[in-house]
Formats: sequence, structure tokens, C-alpha cells
Amino acid sequence: MSLLHLAIVAPLIFAILVPFFYKGFRRIHTGWFILPLPILLFVYFFSFISTTKSKEVVMKTLDWIPSLGINFTAKVDGLGLLFALLITGIGALVILYSIYYLSKDKEKLHNFYVYLLLFMGAMLGVVLSDNLIVMYAFWELTSFSSFLLIGYWYHREKSRYGAQKSMLITVFGGLSMLGGIILLYLMTGSFSITEIITQADVIVTSPLFIPALICVLLGAFTKSAQFPFHIWLPDAMEAPTPVSAYLHSATMVKAGIYLVARLTPVFAVDGLWLWLVASFGIFTLFWGSFSAVKQTDLKGILAFSTVSQLGLIMSLLGVGAASLHYDGLDDNIYVVATTAAIFHLINHATFKGSLFMVVGIIDHETGTRDIRKLGGLLNFMPITFTLAMIGAFSMAGLPPFNGFLSKEMFFTGMLRVLEMDFFSFDSFAILFPILAWVASVFTFIYSMILVFKTFTGKYQPEKLEKKPHEAPLGMLISPIILASLVIIIFFFPNSLLSDNLISPALASILPSLVTEETGFMVHIYQWHGFNPELFMTLGVIAVGILLYLTLPKWRRVYDLFPEKLTLNRFYDGAVERAQTGSFKFTKSFMNGSIRSYLVYIFTFFIVILATSLFYKNALKVDTSELATIGIYEVLLALLIVIAAVSILFAKTRLSQIILLGAVGYTVSLFYVLFRAPDLALTQLVIETVSVALFLVCFYHLPKLRKEENRVRFKLTNAVVSVGVGIVVTLIALSAHSNKFFSSISQYYIENTYEKAAGKNMVNVILVDFRGFDTLFEIAVLAIAALGIFGMIKLRLARREEE
Amino acid sequence: MSIVIGILFMVATYLMLSKSLLRIIVGTGLLSHGAHLLLLTMSGLKRGAPPLLGENAENYADPLPQALILTAIVISFGVTAFFLVLAYRAYKELGTDNIEQMRGTKGNE
Repeated sequence: MSLLHLAIVAPLIFAILVPFFYKGFRRIHTGWFILPLPILLFVYFFSFISTTKSKEVVMKTLDWIPSLGINFTAKVDGLGLLFALLITGIGALVILYSIYYLSKDKEKLHNFYVYLLLFMGAMLGVVLSDNLIVMYAFWELTSFSSFLLIGYWYHREKSRYGAQKSMLITVFGGLSMLGGIILLYLMTGSFSITEIITQADVIVTSPLFIPALICVLLGAFTKSAQFPFHIWLPDAMEAPTPVSAYLHSATMVKAGIYLVARLTPVFAVDGLWLWLVASFGIFTLFWGSFSAVKQTDLKGILAFSTVSQLGLIMSLLGVGAASLHYDGLDDNIYVVATTAAIFHLINHATFKGSLFMVVGIIDHETGTRDIRKLGGLLNFMPITFTLAMIGAFSMAGLPPFNGFLSKEMFFTGMLRVLEMDFFSFDSFAILFPILAWVASVFTFIYSMILVFKTFTGKYQPEKLEKKPHEAPLGMLISPIILASLVIIIFFFPNSLLSDNLISPALASILPSLVTEETGFMVHIYQWHGFNPELFMTLGVIAVGILLYLTLPKWRRVYDLFPEKLTLNRFYDGAVERAQTGSFKFTKSFMNGSIRSYLVYIFTFFIVILATSLFYKNALKVDTSELATIGIYEVLLALLIVIAAVSILFAKTRLSQIILLGAVGYTVSLFYVLFRAPDLALTQLVIETVSVALFLVCFYHLPKLRKEENRVRFKLTNAVVSVGVGIVVTLIALSAHSNKFFSSISQYYIENTYEKAAGKNMVNVILVDFRGFDTLFEIAVLAIAALGIFGMIKLRLARREEE
Repeated sequence: MSIVIGILFMVATYLMLSKSLLRIIVGTGLLSHGAHLLLLTMSGLKRGAPPLLGENAENYADPLPQALILTAIVISFGVTAFFLVLAYRAYKELGTDNIEQMRGTKGNE
């Protein structure tokens, strides 16, 4: 176990300690104990930057299940490191923020931090594992921790609903991703991403390629809330705001993007990948931004905006995948899309993280997030307003904020789709820039709503639960750091990010394009002259302002969508139908009747035993060692058969009991013939006692009604019984004929006298060699006797009462 | 012998699938007889003398299955007795020995 592995699982280990901190130091906010960990990890991962900058990859392997090719291989490359820094960096800020957001007196902090650390460890595992199975395990762990965190305020109905929804959708995607991973394994014989990438040329010809691609994309789309799976994200906003900032905007929802980026070298050879990723992304971008405008909850706006921004990054990755169709970097016009994707990923984490925290502050200080109740907060919360403005303007793509830079690159990427002349892209290509532009207009509008509806306009103190005031300094630190990053990145994108983070990450996504000498020369410009991108941005601003001002007039558009057709309705209906359906299905065979269950058991018995008999070729009849059959045996056998069969047709209980007795006595005669005198004696005694008991018990019973005495023939029962009979006969025959190992009986025969000084072997075995068996047998009898005694005693007591 | 065991199992199964408690108990009784004989048959029949050292025989019958069966006989007796009294009590309390009626549903399917 290397230090790297330790770093990945450190949050998980640390989580164990959290309850002790919580219990031991109630007066100190538990968050203070947690905070050092992500900071340490951030510093630790930061030290890798020099390594990845020189395009080197750190790999450390820890054997887990080597025989299946499943090892915990930690791999640090540009892409993984970028995510690891995001996870630990934003994680540290979010924990700092949560210390002020969650009250130490009211909330169950130990639960919260355990879940949060669980998530942090799981997420680090996802982005730093080279083994797909290990990655999958961590992937599902992120879904679980997200579930727990959304349902943190579990007493709220909506929290539980949102938690279940996110769980069902993401785990569904996760499972299909597992299917994709297994398909990849079938094609390549390896779970290692590095190895799979080297075999990319082989995979693409395989018939399993398309199914694997679709399965993996399902996993990525559900996790990253792409249309039509985006519906869980808005409901996930029931989580505490630090969680929304951390999981549902900065990190977990980007796991899908990570997956797409990571597997681009594997799948991008095929045009379908490009098509699916780019078109789902661009449509999600449009739909998310369109839906965000109609929201009235601040967090709802942010949720849909996250959905749309994720779509933006996704579409960029899709378009960027086209660059793999070029051999080199010269005249490769699609690399810019991938560059923009990574750049926007970082930017989004900064501005959306700060926006979430700002909304959390507003919620915390005023008691509501409804923009219809808010307004005029500018005078009360000037710092929060500044932060909100920075975040929102960056999101809208305005200078001088980092969103402007990535937005421009995004437009460049989308415009270059027009030049794409392969994969029959030409006919639809025009849709990409158009949708991108329209979506940007909507993005602009909701960004404005976010800022101006909250902070300007009429102050409505009567609608607020608390008197608003500026947040405490501690709560402001984290968003201030993020917001200053927003501005700093705008002015120094190249010196800060290009070489250190973006270019190494590009090398991981597009490995075939990396050349030893140059690598990727990423250069981000604040000003690139009057080009189409700039005019598009100007258009966005102009149309955006116009539409924002006339919002009340065209808001009706949203009413055009019928309520019944929404995806949420569809989801609710599906869940409900699944519940009633499975209930009915279970009810159809679990009908509560013991007899039906017995039929199932016997049928299963027949099927399993018969198939294994035939499958294993165990069925054989060897007559060579059979004992000779004498006249006595034939007679006794006939007697048993006749007695047993006539029990079936016996009319009265008395005759049934007597026939059972007859069978028992015949069996004891068999024991005599088969050289088992002890058995014969025991059987005789027992048989006598039990027949007597039968008779005693049922002698007093009044006569049953006539029709119940009649034995009705039942075909199913008969078939099942005959089946059991045949199978047992076959087993008896085969058991007799197959001898795989010698019996241990010889040991008893030799040692009976020497070790136990007894001459009756059966008795010696029972009381000596297997003495404990007999002891427990006596215990069983004693329990039965107690039970019988109890039942009879109960009756006596009842009688006395009467 | 195997066929005899098979028939015993068959009858026992049929009885256990019936509705009357008594028939179920009789079924379990038959089933245990069948199982005992199965055990005995598996070890091979009629080889050598009874497993008593006093016989001074060359070959003895296998003592191990016999010991197992001896245990099983006693246990099955205990179980049968318990069932019987249970059925009896149930009958006394509920006035029926039809397990369908005991569930509170109508016995005629």
C-alpha cells in the first residue's frame, strides 16, 4: 500500500473517527477536525503537478483479486489529478463553509461529516483508479453517499423523495455501466483502462463495441444528469446547501464527464460516440437553461443551470472527440473543444460553487430561497451581492470573468462543427451553433434573474422569516476565495492553468495526439479580435437583456408544456407501477398457503436433483454388487408397497394409522434381514409407541364430515409426488453404483473394541464415538417432550378455568 | 429396494401435499421410513455379519449408517409425536384439521 492509496482511502478511514470527535468534543464544531484532511490531501495532490506537467504518469498497484485481473491500481495523470484537486480543494472550502452553515447544536454533525468524507474518498477513488471494477465500486459508493446526503434531513418528505430518485436513477446508470465494463473486459481481457486504450483499434471491430458504448454512456449520462435523466438533480437540491455546492455542482455530477473524457480514447474512434455525446450534451444544455428560467426557487435555478452547464461540457467533449480523427495537432481544429471542456469544467466549479454558497447564505440569513419573496437585499448584504454578481456574470459569459473565456471557446468549438465533413454531420451541424447560442441567451437570462430579482427590486420584509443581515465572515471566506479565483483565472489563464492542468488533462483524453517534443500548446486569449464568437456573445447580451426585461410577457410559453407529459410524471408513474407490479407478482406465488410452498419445494427438489444427475452423468446402474434377492425380501417389499399405496386410498383415519403401523413394522423386519438387529429393535418399540400415540390422539376426535374424508385426486400433487418418487429411486440406484471414496466405517470396525471396549459397534458409535450427537438427540427429544407437555398442560389449565 | 424407497417417497409426498393434518403427519412418518431405508441401501445391503464383534465374522455390515439411522428413528419419533399433539390441540381449538380452513379461508379450492 503506497502513500497514494493511503491518500485515496484516507477520508474513508478518517470517517471512522468522526463520531468520536463528535462525542468527545461537543463544544467544538466537528467540522474543525475534518477541515485539515482535505487541505492536506490538496497539498499532497498539488505536489503531483510537476510530474503530470512533464506528461508522466504515476501508477501504484495494490493486489486485490489478481486472479480476476482486479487490482487497486491508482493512477495519477493529468485528468485524474485535475479532478483530485477539484475534489479536495472544493471539499476543503465546502467543509469550511459548512462549519458556519450547520449549527453544532441542532444538527447531527457526525452523520453529515461521515457521509461527506465517505463521498470524498469514493470520489477520489473514482478519478484515480485505473481498474474499471475498482472504479465502479467507488462510483456506486458516490451514489450511496449522495443518497445519504440528500436524505440528510430525512424527516422531510421531499428529502426522502429526492434521495430515492437520485439513487434509483444513478444506480440504474451505474449498473448499466457495469455491463459496459464487463463487455469491455470480454473484448480486451483486461479491466485496466490503460490497457484497454492500447487495444482501442481491436475493440472497434468487435460486435460488442456498440452495446458497450451505449452501456457506458448510460452510466455517464445518468450520473451527469444529462437529458432525460436530469430530473434527479433538481430534486437533489433538498440536500443541505454545502452538499449541493460540493456534490451536485462541483464534483459528483462531473463523474459522468470524467468517465466520458477518460474513455474517449477507447470509444471516440466510432462516430456514434461523437454523435451521442455531442447531441445529448447540446440538447441538455438547451433544455436545462430553458427550464432554469421558469424556476422560482434559487436552488432550482442553480440546479437546472448545473444541468445545462454539464450538457455544455458534455457536448464539448463530444465535438472534441473528432480531433482523434486527425493524426497530429497541426490544423486539428477540434482540440479546442476538448480544451474548452476542461477549462469550463474548472470555471464551472469555481463560479457555481460560489453561487451555491451565496444562495446558501441568502437562505440562511433570510429563511427563504423563493425569488418571489426576495428582493432589495442589496443594502443588507453588499458582500454577498458582489459575490453573487461575480458568479452569475461569469456564468452568463461576461468579461472580466473566467466564464467569458470558456464561453468564447465553446462558441469556437460549436462553430467548427460546421466544418465537420465526416460522420454525415453536415446536415445537422448547423443546429449545434444555433442551440448553443439560444441556450446561452437563456443562461444569460437566468443569471440575471439570480442576481437582480434577489438583490434589487422591492424589499419585502413581511414575507421573510428573519430580518436579513450580512453573513458572518467565516461563511463568506469560501465563496470569496472561489469568486476571486473566477477573476484571477480570467486575467491569468495561461500562467495558472494552461500548462499545469489543462495540457496534462488533454494528454490523458487525447493520448494519440501527444508528441514528445511539443505536447499541447494551450493558449487562452482574452481578446481575439472581432470574430464570429465575439459577435455571438454580443448578440447573447443584447437579446438576453431584452428578453429579461420582457420576461413577464413571454413567461406564458412555459404553460404550453402540459403537466402530464413531464419527465417527472413519467418517473413517478414508473416507480409506482414498479411497486404495484412487483407486489402483485410476489403475491401471485407467495399466496400464504403452505401447501403451495411445499409444491414449490418439491418441484425445485425434482428439477435440481434430476438435472444435476443428468448433467454430472451420475446416473448409472451397476448391478454387479447387488445383494441377492430372496423370497423374504420380495414378500416384505410387496407388503410395504401395498401398505403404503393403500394409505392413499384408506377411507378412515383408523385404517390410515394401522397401515402406517404396518409399513413401520415391515421396515423393522427389513432391518432384521439387512443385518441390523439394533435398528430392528428400536424400530419395533418406536412403531408401537407411535401407533399408540396416533390412536390416543385421534380416538377422541369427533367424526369429520363425510366429504372431507373422501380423498380427492389432484393431478399436480400426483405429478409432483411421482416425480419425487422417480428422482429418489434414481438417486438410490446411483448412490449404490457410484463409490467415489472408501467408507470411513472400517475405522470403527477396527477400533471399536480397542478404544471403547465395546462389542456392539452401532452402540459404541452412538454413545462413544459420536457421543455428542446422541446428547443433542436427547436434547431434541427433551424439547419435543416439553412442547407436548406444555400443550397438554395448557389444555388442562383452560379446562379448570371453565 | 430402491424402487420400494421411491414408492415410499412418492406416497409420502402426495400425503404431505394434502389438506388434512393427519395425512400430513402420516406422510412425514412414511418419509422418514423412506429416508432410513435410503441410508441403509446406500451403504450396500446384506454384506457380512451384523456389526457385533462377538460374531467373529470376516466381514461386518457397515455400522455407520445403522448408527445414523438409529439416531434418525428416535428423532423422527420425537418430531412425529410433537406434530401429533400439535395437530390434536389445533383440532381441539379450531375444530378442523384442514389446513386451508385453519388459515381462515374456505377449504374447497
